[in-house]
Amino acid sequence: MAQAELAHGGHEEHQTTTGLSHKKLLMWAFLGSDCMFFGSLIATYLVYKNRSLGGPLPEDVFDILTTSTSTFVLLMSSMSMVLAYSALTRGNMNGFRIWLLSTCIMGATFLGFQVFEFNEFVNHEVHFECSHLEDLTKFERTFADRCDGTVDEVFIEHAGLTPRTNLFGTTFFVLTGFHGGHVTLGVIWLLAMFFYSLRKGGITPAKHEEVDLAALYWHFVDIVWIIIFTVIYLFGVFPGF
Amino acid sequence: MTTLGIPIPKRPIHPTGVWDWLTTIDHKKIGVLYGVTAFFLFLTGGVEALWMRVQLMGPEADFVTPEVYNQLFTMHATTMIFLGVMPMGAAFFNFLIPLQIGARDVAFPRLNAFSYWTFLAGALILKFSWFMGGAPNAGWFGYAPITGIEYNPGNGIDFWILSLQVLGIASLAAALNFIVTIINMRAPGMSLMRMPLFTWMSFVTAFLLILAFPVITVALIELMFDRFYGTNFFVTSAGANPLLWQHLFWVFGHPEVYILILPAMGIVSEILPTFSKKPLFGYPVIVLSGVVIGFMGWMVWAHHMFTVGLGPVANSVFAVTTMAIAIPTGVKIFSWIGTMWGGSISFKTPMMFAIGFIALFIIGGLSGVMHSSAASDAQQQDTYFIVAHIHYVLFGGAIFAIFGGIYYWFPKMTGKFLGEKLGQLNFWLMFIGMNVTFFPMHFLGLDGMPRRVYTYSEGMGWDYWNLVATVGSVVLALGVLVFLHNFFKTLISGEEAPGDPWDGRTLEWSIPSPPPHYNFVQIPTVSDIDDWWHRKREDDSSLAPVAGSSEDEHDIHLPDPSYWPLVTAVGLFIGAYGLLYTLNIGTFTGFPLFAIVGGSITLVGITAWSLEPVNEPDSDH
Amino acid sequence: MANANETSNHTNVDTGHPTKATYFAVAMLLVVLTAIEVGIFYIESLGHGIIPILAILSGAKFALVVMFYMHLRYDAKLLTWLFLAGFFLAITVVFALLGLFHFFI
Repeated sequence: MAQAELAHGGHEEHQTTTGLSHKKLLMWAFLGSDCMFFGSLIATYLVYKNRSLGGPLPEDVFDILTTSTSTFVLLMSSMSMVLAYSALTRGNMNGFRIWLLSTCIMGATFLGFQVFEFNEFVNHEVHFECSHLEDLTKFERTFADRCDGTVDEVFIEHAGLTPRTNLFGTTFFVLTGFHGGHVTLGVIWLLAMFFYSLRKGGITPAKHEEVDLAALYWHFVDIVWIIIFTVIYLFGVFPGF
Repeated sequence: MTTLGIPIPKRPIHPTGVWDWLTTIDHKKIGVLYGVTAFFLFLTGGVEALWMRVQLMGPEADFVTPEVYNQLFTMHATTMIFLGVMPMGAAFFNFLIPLQIGARDVAFPRLNAFSYWTFLAGALILKFSWFMGGAPNAGWFGYAPITGIEYNPGNGIDFWILSLQVLGIASLAAALNFIVTIINMRAPGMSLMRMPLFTWMSFVTAFLLILAFPVITVALIELMFDRFYGTNFFVTSAGANPLLWQHLFWVFGHPEVYILILPAMGIVSEILPTFSKKPLFGYPVIVLSGVVIGFMGWMVWAHHMFTVGLGPVANSVFAVTTMAIAIPTGVKIFSWIGTMWGGSISFKTPMMFAIGFIALFIIGGLSGVMHSSAASDAQQQDTYFIVAHIHYVLFGGAIFAIFGGIYYWFPKMTGKFLGEKLGQLNFWLMFIGMNVTFFPMHFLGLDGMPRRVYTYSEGMGWDYWNLVATVGSVVLALGVLVFLHNFFKTLISGEEAPGDPWDGRTLEWSIPSPPPHYNFVQIPTVSDIDDWWHRKREDDSSLAPVAGSSEDEHDIHLPDPSYWPLVTAVGLFIGAYGLLYTLNIGTFTGFPLFAIVGGSITLVGITAWSLEPVNEPDSDH
Repeated sequence: MANANETSNHTNVDTGHPTKATYFAVAMLLVVLTAIEVGIFYIESLGHGIIPILAILSGAKFALVVMFYMHLRYDAKLLTWLFLAGFFLAITVVFALLGLFHFFI
């Protein structure tokens, strides 16, 4: 076999030193490298945590239930991605296409959640009831001096969070924005595979590794979100962290 | 390709002339491209340095304005590090690694071409800044907040950011490629502990690259967002801490120092055994100390920041780790000297440069150990003492090794010897010039002359040594000119070199010079360190591979050339400028037209690239 | 010969990877762990104890995805090392920076 292949033109790429494929090694080395990328962004976020000079702060804007839902969607997209790959290796092309497309849809849904969330933050409003000052966050309390009878008992103040507002806004939007960018690239990659798979011979069970590489990337984006969800969102709202 | 529905030029199967170079994916040609480009850029960095030396020749000179001087030292350092030493290292990686491990090409030939073109794009972005409104002026480590938009409103810093980002993409792609190549394309029997030292050190370097570059990428993204989009990463009035930039920069920057010096150490470890006619003394120890240096390079970054007030605990920790990193470096130096000990040494030009490397690197290493003491460093920080140190390790170290490597492998690359007499002259001029230029800087530094000043007053006691340093730099420049003369003379009428001109030890010497495009007629089977050396001494002639064996070379299929790496890199080039130059259309300001155009070109390039097979099925080779 | 090789490759892929049931079980575990995380988050009596608990739970989720969905558990050890090199270095650098900026004190 080896002799025959060599004689037919040296397909060395099938006989690597380690027996692993080049592309898979490249992908894993790249993912290790990407860990450093997100590590630096997360370090920046944490170093600047609690150093913003003004609000809004995490406890003002984060909505844990909404973000839990989008986290759930992203986790499920990982499951459907591995089911797509599993279907492909079993030769079930229709199953592959269905699971792949649903992965794309869930990825797009996650991005939709992110757009919604960013939009909410930018248009954030402080709802004020002068009779309930004790429930306010630190940032909201900075408006409390208006409750001296000169304004209405209940008022609404626009206090949006943008990347320019404070250090929290800067670090939060850039970190989650780059994660969102990774998700967007992943959706494009998977969609390209979906359309390519509609072509005859485009994606076949023999080419399962091409899909495996995209899947690895997709799962990596997922595990980065697992960390972001805990460290930025859950710890973010937790007082004293 | 026709299925895309757009007319695409036919794939260049057998291109000639310029098209051959533009579409090549042969690692040897890419190595030559890297080498020639980097050497040219090295010359431009040298001109920038000479300009500074002329300005500093005497007190209160006014050859350049302070602003231009700031640009000169920033461009000199950025050029030498990112466009000179790193890509010259990459030239050797490209040319040598596949030859040394017994492969016919790298793992991803098109990605390799992409790395080169992207490197060129990044280099052009940096160098064009001279003609596009001013070069960067904040020093090569661009400390915040001097790089912020309020203190530095021109475009110089923007070019610096964009250039380093593009260069980062090139380095990352190249490093991933070489990691996979070294792990996965070794000839049968070439276990890790039989790999030539240069390949080993490149392997460590590639890991440093993929792990260190993302950190500078993030730092540059943050700076770019501050400047382009008004974020607050390094804006002190918003509560930001500029030390974050210093930390992120040096988390990258210190491994970067080893990225520059490890390939040089690899080159020297190849030259010394060949010209001492002895195996490398303590091969496993040198490998291990290289790996340890790569590992410990991550634990010392804050020694660049001893004077910023990290506190006694942090300063002590980083002082101790810095002192500790001298141990593996010292081990290497002992092993090199041990290699020469008792050998029958032939003092050819490559060997002279290798010995020069050891001598000068020891001086640079010793002043480095002096900085590792935080108290002592407080006196040396930001003085010419630091300038002396960095030039002893990077010029006396990296550049000397690279020149040695050029003299050593030039016969392999071109089939011709560089002239030996001119080579010796080249070495001595550079060696003397280098010491006359940089040794006095130790005195200047200890006398308190700060670095990065565009001039100094009379009577500071700095006049004499500054004049000496300027004279030295002229001698140094003469040495480089002699090299250029030697280079062109050799290309026109050089002495023909055989396949194994130096009685070499590693696999690249087992094939003809210059190597055929397929490298090895038959992939060798390796059974030893310095396998080729042992084969030459085996009685059994059947073991020695001879050029032209049973296998017909027409049966060797190599990947076909491709346009797409170049197209993708061109897209990045346009796209990078597009982030800076946006258009105002009516009420819509900041429309990133060029970024969209560049991004689209890159997307087309990547798509066509991924749909293009490695080999055209019907191409005849 | 080539065909035989191809089919043997295929069986390798099938046995080398977990079944659909495993994938589904992992997904359920991930959902349950996330639910616990969010649930714990609302228990105020835990105080600072919440930090290690959440860290362990998200670490478990991370490990599940990497081991099963990214099938490192079934793949060559070399790939694990390539990834973990970057991952642990990133963790170390993050903690070192936090220490240098007096995050913990």
